[in-house]
Amino acid sequence: MGTWDVTTPVIEAKDLDLTFQTNDGPVHALKGVDLGIEKGDFVSFIGPSGCGKTTFLRVIAGLEHATGGTVTVNGMTPDEARRNRAYGYVFQAAGLYPWRTIAGNIRLPLEIMGIPKSEHADRVRRVLELVDLAGFEKKFPWQLSGGMQQRASIARALAFDADILLMDEPFGALDEIVRDHLNEQLLELWASTQKTIAFVTHSIPEAVYLSTKIVVMSPRPGRITDVIESPLPKERPLDIRDTPEFLEVAHRVREGLREGHSYD
Amino acid sequence: MKTILPILTVVAAIVAIWYAAAIPMNAQWAKDQAARADTTLTTGELVLDTWSQERPRLPAPHQVLSELWDSTGDMALNGRAFSKRSLILHAWYTLSATLLGFAIGTGLGILLAVGIVHSKAMDMGVMPWAIASQTIPILAIAPMIIVVLNSMGISGIIPKAIISAYLSFFPVVVGMVKGLRSPAMMDLDLMRTYSASRSQTFWKLRLPASMPYLFASLKVGIAAALVGTIVGELPTGAIRGLGARMLSGSYYGQTIQIWSALFAAAILAALLVGIIGIIQRRSLKRMGMAA
Repeated sequence: MGTWDVTTPVIEAKDLDLTFQTNDGPVHALKGVDLGIEKGDFVSFIGPSGCGKTTFLRVIAGLEHATGGTVTVNGMTPDEARRNRAYGYVFQAAGLYPWRTIAGNIRLPLEIMGIPKSEHADRVRRVLELVDLAGFEKKFPWQLSGGMQQRASIARALAFDADILLMDEPFGALDEIVRDHLNEQLLELWASTQKTIAFVTHSIPEAVYLSTKIVVMSPRPGRITDVIESPLPKERPLDIRDTPEFLEVAHRVREGLREGHSYD
Repeated sequence: MKTILPILTVVAAIVAIWYAAAIPMNAQWAKDQAARADTTLTTGELVLDTWSQERPRLPAPHQVLSELWDSTGDMALNGRAFSKRSLILHAWYTLSATLLGFAIGTGLGILLAVGIVHSKAMDMGVMPWAIASQTIPILAIAPMIIVVLNSMGISGIIPKAIISAYLSFFPVVVGMVKGLRSPAMMDLDLMRTYSASRSQTFWKLRLPASMPYLFASLKVGIAAALVGTIVGELPTGAIRGLGARMLSGSYYGQTIQIWSALFAAAILAALLVGIIGIIQRRSLKRMGMAA
């Protein structure tokens, strides 16, 4: 029919290259990466270490800068998008500042971004409820378990109403049981907040369970080998992981990862 | 209770060694005196004599303690706490210069550390000089500072405080540079995702993260400040302060006076370090980082 595609991607990468200059010569962290992430997507990046999945997330966040191609976030450059508070970033470790209480840690971005003081208490309460940590405002980080700390760091990333959540292996350091629980909670959070989430992981079940779109990457040079649109429904109880559909997607991811490795 | 016994054992051992060492150190004088008086001393008399001479080479602990009491508590009880011979007065002279020097040194040290962490040029340009400054013997440079400042009409507490600051700024610089650089890459990246300015990163991340390092430095710094002040009191003609008491004691062979001044200095140092320890515990506890 020739109509315009009205849904422009929230995050769009075109022919993205990133080469690090090191003493051992150039390292191609990313090469020819093309990807569009739509509003409300939950996109997982999966691949072996060195495949550039974290680097790609950092480029989206403007923490690294591409050496070729373009990347836009909400139609802006990553740096502009950051200044417009387009995204919240969740790191591998919770990274809560130990001298601040949980509420204090969540207030940190609010203070830096100059959000009026009168709103702080409300926002802190709201995001702590979202991650199921209501009542922990006055605790210090060391008084919380690892999983609770990571939830607090997610709350911190949500506090300033960014539409995009960038998560870099946020549950990588947690044990299986806690991770399952947090995955479930994250899906609930995603459903209730309508955020767009980009999620780096090295766990196939985690990627398949969470995502609407799975991006399989391979190393040397870091590139995308497969993009899988998940056929799974939005409502996902934990036992969906035993269904044939789930196992089929997991199988395809595994195949994609294996293919990437046949290069070396 | 478990820790008190070992501590008491060590103290008892030191006291015992001290008393034992006083016998051979002071024996010669006791023998000479006896020979001059044409008497001979039994071993017991000799030992007792070595522990009770007026100008021994090594005074016995009880002599030092009684001199310490005579020149502090006893004088205070008699309303002469601030007489010229009172160690309280001299300790106060030393303490005031130490605190002033410590404040100058700490302030300077923190400022330098902030500059060094934020500017590559300062890192390369200032740090080597800070290190070089500490390789010069303070005994060599102290008299020059006193003389130069005196010729400019500055005397009293200021020159001593400057020498004190000279010694105490260094541990603060080293500790604060380390502390301000202690945040992990991830903590700094978090600030970048908020588009935080340099000053926001400093006040909200670097400075609080450096507090444990700062307190460790302050403990070293205050002890160094006290040493600096005492050294600064030596070339001033030995008028005021614990350093002056030590020097005048050595002029007149008053070993007991030297030792009691040394003890006063040691007690002062212990008190100062202890006070910083208390402040450290309180503030780190309030920051949720109980050490």
